[in-house]
Amino acid sequence: MLKGQQSWVFDNRPMITATGVTGGPFEANGNLSSDFDLLYDDLWMGQESYEKAHRLLLEEAIKVALKKGEIEKDQVQFLFAGDLINQITPTSFAARTMQIPYFGLFGACSTSMEGLALSSFVVNYQGANYVLTGASSHNSAVEKQFRYPTEYGGQKPPTAQWTITGAGVALVETNKPGQDNPVTTSATIGKVIDMGLSDPFNMGGAMAPAAADTIIAHFRDLKLDPSYYDLIVTGDLGRIGHNTTAELLNKSGLKLKQGQFQDCGLLMYKEDQPVMAGGSGAGCSATVLYGHLLNEMKKGTYKRILVVATGALLSPLSFQQKDSIPCIAHAVAIEMNGEKG
Amino acid sequence: MASKQKKMTPQQKNYQTLQQKHELKRPVLKNCIKAFLVGGLICLIGQAVSYFYIYYFNFTEQNVGNPTVATMVFFSMLLTGFGVYDHIGQFAGAGSAVPVTGFGNSVISAAIEHRTEGFVLGVGGNMFKLAGSVILFGVFSAFVVALIKTLLVMWGVL
Repeated sequence: MLKGQQSWVFDNRPMITATGVTGGPFEANGNLSSDFDLLYDDLWMGQESYEKAHRLLLEEAIKVALKKGEIEKDQVQFLFAGDLINQITPTSFAARTMQIPYFGLFGACSTSMEGLALSSFVVNYQGANYVLTGASSHNSAVEKQFRYPTEYGGQKPPTAQWTITGAGVALVETNKPGQDNPVTTSATIGKVIDMGLSDPFNMGGAMAPAAADTIIAHFRDLKLDPSYYDLIVTGDLGRIGHNTTAELLNKSGLKLKQGQFQDCGLLMYKEDQPVMAGGSGAGCSATVLYGHLLNEMKKGTYKRILVVATGALLSPLSFQQKDSIPCIAHAVAIEMNGEKG
Repeated sequence: MASKQKKMTPQQKNYQTLQQKHELKRPVLKNCIKAFLVGGLICLIGQAVSYFYIYYFNFTEQNVGNPTVATMVFFSMLLTGFGVYDHIGQFAGAGSAVPVTGFGNSVISAAIEHRTEGFVLGVGGNMFKLAGSVILFGVFSAFVVALIKTLLVMWGVL
């Protein structure tokens, strides 16, 4: 149901019954390694190219989600997924392997929540019984496309972020009352915001206004107070973007408690890992949400969370042609089943 | 860093001022010292290689440059291939980018990166992706400098 200007409320509370989360060697050494289902100790993952390894990450995440959800892939109606590589080939090729009817999405690093919002909408209105949604990124494949060769010795500034290697997939299905699973309750779709920043080594700073805009729109449309959520978590803003967003929200009059506002890119890695301003990439919010955060919800740490995935909609071509970086953010609210708001 | 675009709305300007407060600055002085030390160390190794060729082979100070450069690029290739040079680069910045080893690294890293697309279109087509502009503008500036010198000699200034 449309609520306000740009939000949906999911009255039938679509349920996330199972997730699959895969990661690479750098994530294995990170803060959240125990929340991954499958970790590779090599970036090649036994494949001939990084792009093929990228595809494998997503295929394996889907397989894990199907296995944990105890269903066959033929029972899944749709797959909503995407990544950062040109023409989203890793995702499309994984969809070829899985043979699940497929919507390819591109929202840069906001793809995870774009997919979860659409999946929830489709399931909410009986458009499907089972939907898979996810996003993935592979550090070396993404670096190769957007930056320099992996082994190139260029110095990155402290504002740069580290693209995570990982895939996160969720199985969304119609609500079964009584089951103790997280459910999606609402979503806010963001608009593209461009504040004229053009430094591709400072994505957080470029994405912050988009995150703030979507969060403010969410509370306006749903007529909620920020205290409704135990946690408001952004996708991959990193240190600079996160602090900037916090200030923007504060200025707009939204009062957030200490520790209530966090960022997936900052949760992922340990303090001593050389990730500069924090983690980023399409797989960042997907792996942290479908791994760590949903686990914490099941443990009871959080009852209600708002996940805001942010994406920078640039291409290597657009920034070389001196275009600024347009950004977007989508928010999805997740609550534990039975916690009627 | 703010965009160079001329037409910015007041809203964009306001935001950029706010954002800059949170932006982590490059530690310029620290970076310069690191670049100086690592760059100097690379040149010191290069000097040792030069003396090695002069002492053990029949090279003179005039023609020892070629084997020295080749050897330094070979070292750079090994370090790039073993995945060490990018870490040196992150530490040293210009210190490891400016010497010839940095040039070697830019060629070799691109060659490794695009190996998966085959030898002709991948390695061949992309090897000079980064180094191409170094070669182009290096050759062009050498040409301009040579032209100036020739003219000065013709006019009897030099």
